[in-house]
Amino acid sequence: MDKRSEMHRRERRRYVIGYGGSLLLTLAVFLIAYTYGIETKGVYLAISLLGLAQLIVQLVYFLHIDRRRSSREDLDLVLFSTLVLLIIILGTVWIMGNLAVRMHTYPM
Amino acid sequence: MKRAPSHSYPGLNLGRRHESAHKATEVVTFGFWVFLMSDLVYFGLMFAIYITMIDAQAGGPGPHELFDLKSVFAQTMILLTSSLTVGLAMLALKYNLPRSRIVLWFGVTLVLGLSFLVLEIRDFMAMAEKGGIPQRSGFLSAFYGLVPLHGLHVSVGCLWLIVLGIQLRVFGLTDLLMSRVVRLALFWHFLDLIWIGIITIVYFGGLTYG
Amino acid sequence: MTSAESGFFGRLSWDAFPLAGLIQTPNANEIVANTAAGIVIVGVVAVVGLLTWFRLWGPLWRDWLTSADHKKIGIMYVVFAIVMLARGVLEGVVMRAQQAAGPGDGFLEAEHFAELFSTHGTIMIFFVAVPFVFGVANFLVPLMIGARDVAFPVMNQISLGLTVSAGMMLMVSLVVGKFSTGGWTAYPPYTGAAFNPGVGPDYWIWAIVVSGIGTTLTGINFAVTIYKLRAPGMTFMRLPMYCWTIICSSILIVFAMPPLGVAALMLAADRYLDFHFFTNDLGGNMMNYANLFWLFGHPEVYLLVLPAYGIYSEVFATFSAKRLYGYNSLVIATMSIAVMSFTVWLHHFFTMGQSALINAVFGIATMLIAIPTGVKVYDWMATMFRGRIRFSVPMLYGLSFLMLFVIGGLSGVILANPTVDYQVHNTLFLVAHFHNVLLPGVLFGLLAGYNYWFPKAFGFRLNEFWGRVTVVLWTVGFMLTFLPLYFVGLMGMPRRSFSWEDPSFHPYMIVAVLGALVILAALLSVIVQLWVSIRNRANTRVPVGDPWDARTLEWSTPAPPPPYNFAIIPQITDRDNFAAAKERGEAYPTPDAYEDIAMPRNTGIGFMLCVFSGVWMFALVWWIWWLAALMTVVMLVTFIAWTFKGDTEEIISAEEVRKRHEAWLDLVHTSTPVDRDDETTPENLGLARPDLEVVT
Repeated sequence: MDKRSEMHRRERRRYVIGYGGSLLLTLAVFLIAYTYGIETKGVYLAISLLGLAQLIVQLVYFLHIDRRRSSREDLDLVLFSTLVLLIIILGTVWIMGNLAVRMHTYPM
Repeated sequence: MKRAPSHSYPGLNLGRRHESAHKATEVVTFGFWVFLMSDLVYFGLMFAIYITMIDAQAGGPGPHELFDLKSVFAQTMILLTSSLTVGLAMLALKYNLPRSRIVLWFGVTLVLGLSFLVLEIRDFMAMAEKGGIPQRSGFLSAFYGLVPLHGLHVSVGCLWLIVLGIQLRVFGLTDLLMSRVVRLALFWHFLDLIWIGIITIVYFGGLTYG
Repeated sequence: MTSAESGFFGRLSWDAFPLAGLIQTPNANEIVANTAAGIVIVGVVAVVGLLTWFRLWGPLWRDWLTSADHKKIGIMYVVFAIVMLARGVLEGVVMRAQQAAGPGDGFLEAEHFAELFSTHGTIMIFFVAVPFVFGVANFLVPLMIGARDVAFPVMNQISLGLTVSAGMMLMVSLVVGKFSTGGWTAYPPYTGAAFNPGVGPDYWIWAIVVSGIGTTLTGINFAVTIYKLRAPGMTFMRLPMYCWTIICSSILIVFAMPPLGVAALMLAADRYLDFHFFTNDLGGNMMNYANLFWLFGHPEVYLLVLPAYGIYSEVFATFSAKRLYGYNSLVIATMSIAVMSFTVWLHHFFTMGQSALINAVFGIATMLIAIPTGVKVYDWMATMFRGRIRFSVPMLYGLSFLMLFVIGGLSGVILANPTVDYQVHNTLFLVAHFHNVLLPGVLFGLLAGYNYWFPKAFGFRLNEFWGRVTVVLWTVGFMLTFLPLYFVGLMGMPRRSFSWEDPSFHPYMIVAVLGALVILAALLSVIVQLWVSIRNRANTRVPVGDPWDARTLEWSTPAPPPPYNFAIIPQITDRDNFAAAKERGEAYPTPDAYEDIAMPRNTGIGFMLCVFSGVWMFALVWWIWWLAALMTVVMLVTFIAWTFKGDTEEIISAEEVRKRHEAWLDLVHTSTPVDRDDETTPENLGLARPDLEVVT
């Protein structure tokens, strides 16, 4: 019984850490947006990186994706999906962006 | 990193007496992961379309006139917190905590989910008042194709939560229901991940490039 | 119409029924349309009548419609696919006849011709190829990997239900209203509300969305089944080649169906809710549609052809009495094709106007994908090399495939060059190309598989003579119909044109229509073969289950297999486990003990969702909003109610399993093994005498 409550504590701590981390990252994003305004690409880069960091924090602490052997299959799945998603999204943005430029609908 | 117990999903460890249930749950949960990845592609494409249509405002209202970051911030906080509470609800079930705790975390998650939806709908209504309706421009179509799609997922999550709550009351905590709770938690966390994408790309991206 | 639009029946009125057209303007065009509608109605009446006459409603419901058995679901998929195939072929013949009737306008109206090529494409891809491929997969995969069923048997049933209800929408569109004229790709703005306010594109949209959901669920199901339910000892590198192709195909489904769903739903949003995704005005961009559609469309081609490659791999190995050559390279080739198929979609719209750099990148990627395919062709040829080849029906399909498919593949490499594509895109050259890969590639593969595994499914072999006739007819018919199209394509004849003027096209068109008639004969020959085989089944029974001296696990079970597939889950030690066991003389072991087996109980949920989703689609197409809303609620409630059902499995007792299995083992021990020379004689009861010299 003691082992169980120990495990419970550990698992709960995992959630709380994930929550705390995400909270900090979210606050940072909105704080940056608030202080520097959301006009420049530099600010946007910072915001996107923080967003990416939060994705990883939640994947690890909420969804329990890591390199442990037992969750390797999920990790493989997520990585493969990311690959396909990147091909699809970047390809789309590349193609449609190029078309927009050539049709002069996009301000160069 | 400390060596964690040998289970990969939140709450999957049903204990030693449930070996066969454990195997079945593993299969179902993996299947649900695959479904989520398919769903992820859905969202990914909507993001891609949104990116290509940020400029297609056709003289209509754009992100600067329409987006209300305060409300977005509130929604973000609510959804993030609900992601924590759904996890706690699952832990409460898994470790046989008193019924009151289970009800508490389920209830809090549901309330948070519903308030998220209320805020989101209020946003849409405010946007519509400023002329921000999907029929106005390609940009707005892309916005309304993506953000309400996420909202629809949250609604499904809420419905699922209610149905599961009833089922837990009727049948008690069976292995099957436990595995459904695991999947619901996964689904809920997944929606929070998508929401991070939405604030980063739709809201901040829209404000930067729109 | 406008007054009816808000009424009880939405925009449905008497004008929607084809007979109205025939009465108003009797001409060839209307006669063709009414004949088609008539065939559907007569078909339905005949089926209902026969079922009632032979009192088969009960068995149909108990043994088939509510069954969650993967084998039965697979068979139902294949039956559905063959029914749809008949319609698709007939439409093809009518189209070839129309073009052969030129120069000039032929006997059909442009609108009707457009409907024909739209339904032909939609049916052949979504309601023939996909259900046929996954019908065969449904039947085989659990048997091949040593499992008792798929990972999610009930979801499997639901997939079937959704696919069938979507297919039925295409049948309904023949009788009520008209189908889309926008081609199987349904490009806006032509299919948008501004140009095409009728019901046609709506039929297309909802059929695609619903069947897409069904297919996605199938993909998830098979990915998980192969990933998680393999028998103990069956590592990935011991997986039969066919299962490798199915897992790759399932992964393609999981990632490639969403773009189609997104595109179709966005088109629906444009049409129903006045959104501006693809419209001409207010910032809509139809090029987004082309991009989305082919993000799906290209992986789709491979998700169809990979399983056919898998079938050929099994067929070549078995009928050459050799181990598959280059297994590892075939696995790698299959996986590379699966991944690369996500990187070539732009070659379907080289001419849309993007820069030469982008075209070049995707052109090169397209050419690269030919390499793993080439590897496969060599592997199959090497499998046959120095094998003891029997020219059985599946093998004949395989040989026909090898020769014709290479032509189709090479014309694909030609098209992969953007500069060439600029010249021939939108001509019949393209039509010739994709029929050249889809017929010899996918359809011949599926027919080979049908002939190869039919004895496993039903316990008796198909007729050899009519099988050979069918192969010849398909091959000749294909060549006559589609090879001329390469030439007229190069001469500049555009695809999808109901009328043409240049007299030099005429001879080719005549040859093509003759070919189409041969294909029609081939289709009839398939039916004749089945009929003759059923009548002579007493002479072709193979109850022991291994009529071809085959190599993979499914042949180690009785034919037809029991509902639980394996009395005892086998322990896998080799790649071609059954062949290896036969070599060791341990193919039919007597188990020490039997145990109770839990199998999924029958359930009506798949059938109910089939009906409800059908009504739902019909209501949406005809703007009957109250019905659409009602059906949405009904489907939701049905599903939730189903989740309340706790007891979904039934137990088959160990005693029953023992009795059944021992009866079969007795049969195994009393049968005489047959030599490969006597394979097609009545002596072949399905117990093979292994060909020891060439077994490795």
